[in-house]
Amino acid sequence: MRKFSVLDGLVVPLDRANVDTDAIIPKQFLKSIKRAGFGPNLFDEWRYLDHGEPGKSNHDRPLNPDFVLNQPRYQGASVLLTRDNFGCGSSREHAPWALEDYGVLAIIAPSFADIFYNNCFKNGILPIVLDAAVVDRLFRECEANEGYALTVDLDKQTVTTPTGESIRFDVDAGRKHRLLNGLDDIGLTLLQADKIKAYEERRKQEAPWLFSGSQQ
Amino acid sequence: MALFRMPGETLFKKLWDAHVVHVEPDGTTLLYIDRHLVHEVTSPQAFEGLKLAHRTPRRADAAIAVPDHNVPTTDRSQGIADPVSRLQVETLDANCAEFGITEFKMDDIRQGIVHVIGPEEGLTLPGMTVVCGDSHTSTHGAFGALAFGIGTSEVEHVLATQCLWQKPSKTMLVKVEGQLGHGVTAKDIALAVIGEIGTAGGTGYALEFGGSAIRALTMEGRMTLCNMAIEAGARAGMVAVDQATIDYVEGRPYAPKGDAWDQAVAWWNTLHSDADAEFDRVVELDAAKIEPQVTWGTSPEMVATIGGCVPNPADASSEVKRHDWTRALEYMGLQAGTPIAEIPVDKVFIGSCTNSRIEDLREAASVAKGRKVAPNVKLAMVVPGSGLVKQQAEAEGLDRIFIEAGFEWREPGCSMCLAMNADRLEPGERCASTSNRNFEGRQGQGGRTHLVSPAMAAAAACAGHFVDVRKE
Ligand code: SF4
Repeated sequence: MRKFSVLDGLVVPLDRANVDTDAIIPKQFLKSIKRAGFGPNLFDEWRYLDHGEPGKSNHDRPLNPDFVLNQPRYQGASVLLTRDNFGCGSSREHAPWALEDYGVLAIIAPSFADIFYNNCFKNGILPIVLDAAVVDRLFRECEANEGYALTVDLDKQTVTTPTGESIRFDVDAGRKHRLLNGLDDIGLTLLQADKIKAYEERRKQEAPWLFSGSQQ
Repeated sequence: MALFRMPGETLFKKLWDAHVVHVEPDGTTLLYIDRHLVHEVTSPQAFEGLKLAHRTPRRADAAIAVPDHNVPTTDRSQGIADPVSRLQVETLDANCAEFGITEFKMDDIRQGIVHVIGPEEGLTLPGMTVVCGDSHTSTHGAFGALAFGIGTSEVEHVLATQCLWQKPSKTMLVKVEGQLGHGVTAKDIALAVIGEIGTAGGTGYALEFGGSAIRALTMEGRMTLCNMAIEAGARAGMVAVDQATIDYVEGRPYAPKGDAWDQAVAWWNTLHSDADAEFDRVVELDAAKIEPQVTWGTSPEMVATIGGCVPNPADASSEVKRHDWTRALEYMGLQAGTPIAEIPVDKVFIGSCTNSRIEDLREAASVAKGRKVAPNVKLAMVVPGSGLVKQQAEAEGLDRIFIEAGFEWREPGCSMCLAMNADRLEPGERCASTSNRNFEGRQGQGGRTHLVSPAMAAAAACAGHFVDVRKE
């Protein structure tokens, strides 16, 4: 997994609450058996005027000029600024895959849906929770200033605005460590293999029916 | 004698403690997973990751796989027509064969929606930790299990280690006391709860549903309720084990037998929150006051009662909400102030992991019996949750009732709940749906979804518009 340390990124404001994972990447793209290549279909139904399908070329599709991601001033953005409960709905990890493939590496919102929040960390994306009033202010600043960029420093746990104001955010220590170092969760878990085995041995005594298996 | 005693434990804590493998200093816990349900959409990349790292499943016997999201609900003898969908299902078949995971394939009578077949086969048991790469895994909490949805990286993690890293959730008790009115169902409780706490109200919490109205629900009803916990933002929903739970599980193909059964029941009978357990939050609802619910917007919290009206954004409690409501009404093609009972429907969908079990079909059939689908309704379809539900319904003659009324009777799968197969809404079409999400485009691009109970959906199909099932 990609390491995350300091990101200096152009901000794109998506002014909606409850953006669900169906909106982030519509269901027809979930038929893919690959992890990569979802970026062009990020927010597909909002971004294009026609209907997208997997396998269809996206180059000549008509763009929706009103959708924020299509506005010239936000091209190349890597920080997504949005509202409450971002990433609600389906657990599809295709949502962070699409964001990452598009180039979004940090997302700032007053709150996130649990499963999505968790999925971000597995894919090198940093979801940042800031106070709703602060988010509101960032929206205004971003909309008023073309080229508005924020510096996200994971180690220091700060978001710094162009005027030099530094805003602190919270992040779980374990997740921070793994993201800073790009560590693979499975490798870390397997370090506990003895404990897993011991747990299984104990459980086989206490609750043997849990080990009778699905293979009858 | 101790001078004080610890407060009692919540069901969540009992389930959590029974599965702790290791705890990091900051409280992050390695939790053991008893049952892993696998379907075709969120697993291919996990199996691929496993293979790339030269790993194998730690316990193939703890996993069970089924294709459900992509499968056709019409004639299956020709296989899946869409080559992309077909490849995904074939990939699941190949991965299960390679790693020795039991799979109920498309032509197996036990095939169905993953959250229907787990309980039906006794693969979901009280006291288990149950995960699946699907957010509606919360359904299985109805059995006094700790069940939650995970992403694909975690699917791979569970395959490789049989564990997950978790932090304990906060706990919320949703207490529903009293008796539900005639024609009011678990689905209406679920929507009423979401209307009360909002779609993010449960974020960070594990919900426990309790109170006399919950104890009076059948297991099907409890599954409907726990299924919708995720729509309130909670990854897990649960109901304490009682006799109804045990009666449901007994005799299921994968349920324990003989001595193991007695041993299991002895433990399961302890799986309830102690009377003096403390919750981080308690929400109380009066069952008698819950009316049949209909969503009017693009989020499950945008819900009204059948006697109500489409609300006015001017009345929203905040600027952000006003904005959302305005957008939702525009998308839904609705005017503020329109009585819910005057909204006509184009299509009706009875199915999904929320409401496709036998009891749901019985309720819908009892409303449809002897009636006809209204002429303005282009399509009314019933999609049973599994092959066994379908078989049972046919044995009871429910299929005849539906077909005679003008409904289509389909093969089991997710179908128009998310429209990944051929079943979908056309732009602008309005649907009364027993599923769980009314998001923009969920049932087809531009489609307009109103979430309701099975009885309310059947009533809407026959009336051509929403109608109070209590007056039918
Ligand atoms: S029925 Fe719908 S909600 Fe349930 S698993 Fe299938 S797609 Fe998901």
